[in-house]
Amino acid sequence: MIIKGKVHKFSDDINTDDIIAAKYLVSTDAQELGKHCMETINPNFSQSVSPGDIIVAGRNFGCGSSREHAPLAIKGCGVAAVIAKSFAAIFFRNAINIGLPFLESADVDKINDGDIIEIDLSSGVIKNITQGKDYRTQAFPDFLQRIVESGGLINYIKKYAKK
Amino acid sequence: MGYTIAEKILMAHSGKKSIAPGEFIEADVDVALANDITAPLAIAEFKKSGFSHVFNKNKVVLVPDHFAPAKDLKSANQCKILANFAKEQKIKNYFEIGQMGIEHALLPEAGIVMPGDLIIGADSHTCTYGALGAYATGMGSTDLARAYIDGKCWLKVPASLKFIYKGKLNKWVGGKDLILYTIGQIGVDGALYKVMEFSGPVIRKLSMDDRFSMSNMAIEAGGRAGLIEPDQTTKKFVAKFKRKPKFYYSDPDAAYEKIYEWDVTDLEPLVACPHLPSNVKPVSSLKEIKVDQVVIGSCTNGRISDLRIAAALLKGKKAAAGVKLIVFPATQKIYLQAVKEGLAEIFVKAGGVFSTPTCGPCLGGHMGILTEGEVAIATTNRNFIGRMGSPKSFVYLSNPAVAAASAITGRITHPDKIKK
Repeated sequence: MIIKGKVHKFSDDINTDDIIAAKYLVSTDAQELGKHCMETINPNFSQSVSPGDIIVAGRNFGCGSSREHAPLAIKGCGVAAVIAKSFAAIFFRNAINIGLPFLESADVDKINDGDIIEIDLSSGVIKNITQGKDYRTQAFPDFLQRIVESGGLINYIKKYAKK
Repeated sequence: MGYTIAEKILMAHSGKKSIAPGEFIEADVDVALANDITAPLAIAEFKKSGFSHVFNKNKVVLVPDHFAPAKDLKSANQCKILANFAKEQKIKNYFEIGQMGIEHALLPEAGIVMPGDLIIGADSHTCTYGALGAYATGMGSTDLARAYIDGKCWLKVPASLKFIYKGKLNKWVGGKDLILYTIGQIGVDGALYKVMEFSGPVIRKLSMDDRFSMSNMAIEAGGRAGLIEPDQTTKKFVAKFKRKPKFYYSDPDAAYEKIYEWDVTDLEPLVACPHLPSNVKPVSSLKEIKVDQVVIGSCTNGRISDLRIAAALLKGKKAAAGVKLIVFPATQKIYLQAVKEGLAEIFVKAGGVFSTPTCGPCLGGHMGILTEGEVAIATTNRNFIGRMGSPKSFVYLSNPAVAAASAITGRITHPDKIKK
């Protein structure tokens, strides 16, 4: 799977209240949540996203609450993937379970806001088209790859569980 | 090589004879918890997948506590989804308001979670039950939906960090200060994807309430779980319940990624300053920080011993002019106990609000939202930008004694400064 888009850069420790504030958790609709994505940091964020854009952030992305509304809001506003130096554990599994692609990369500091990048999820290669550079990251572990390939956790489980 | 308490619980729930950090396992869950924010998504996923019955109606727990009592029409709809699902699936552990309490205080109090359990909750503070010697961890709604289907979850076995606390705690210093100290030392990602194991002579002397406060905030350091090995205090706490506990202990030769050892004898009450729980300072170093609101309660510090500490300071005193004091006991049982002991009267006479149990103010949901420029000191667990309302408000985190002392003076205050 290849994803190409414009980079929206964020700092370390972006928490789930930043991604989607608690006052909007009265909805479970991704599009509705997406309108308020990253609002506390940048009130105009969702309008600035074009479908396919990519969030690039520092350490501990998605720390805080267990709200699955956070990866849903990111997906809902049109962001196609997230790259960060590291992810908080609950966000990590929520992103897998709902099928939001993401990669961990140590080269985040080399990527600038507004760069156009291309990610190949199967090989783990990030191409920075603007700068003409490539960065390599670790590909997904097999087990997680299978969940993502199934289209999320529930579809994966449906292959086994009896109704 | 031996195993840690966390690894032993995970082995017991996955049928494995050996286990190693980094390994992916499928494990059986004892309790699958969700609330009025996370359950609607889980229920929708469950239904969408075409399954009609939850794997075990006795292991599913639903607690509408975040925006309950329903704060508006949309939250009323969300709560209704839980009520309907509980009825349809015959789930007995559904707690309507009136029985409802903040989930992480309610479940141990009701004997629903036990030592040795594997507990998953679609709420990040599910790690609270680690204080009982259970493996309890926060997950998302889809994880819960999956557990509703087959009673299992996937886990990547985390490595463990051991924290040994030595010395003797000062007056006014408790579990909340120990965990704030820990987060201050290692940072908000210092335990990222790790199990935290709290141990040492100081932990052995802590009450269950203080232990819950500590394990509760393991997530604030990025921890997957925050475990305390069971002892007499744990055994006494669970003795009255019907469910039988299973006690696991770490082997002397268990592998830890890192061991931290601290003498906490000189520790004074700590305050986490805006906007991260790791931005921790001794209370006496904070000068002239005026507060508009004081919040005492939550899954971190809304238990009876927390209310007793706050009431002892507030007895016969008034909250400073202009300070909004909000006290919210974590469960109905705690509420009633506070009424019986005269604590509720002390709070009300001090000019405070004594609220029904709810997560409301902690996450900026309802019952005490901060507006632009307002400052709060709270016994809650997060002080992120905008956590309690306006992105231009400020939240300081502390123990109940510091919060109560600050209510009296109107600025962040060491409890020693309050005269009897």
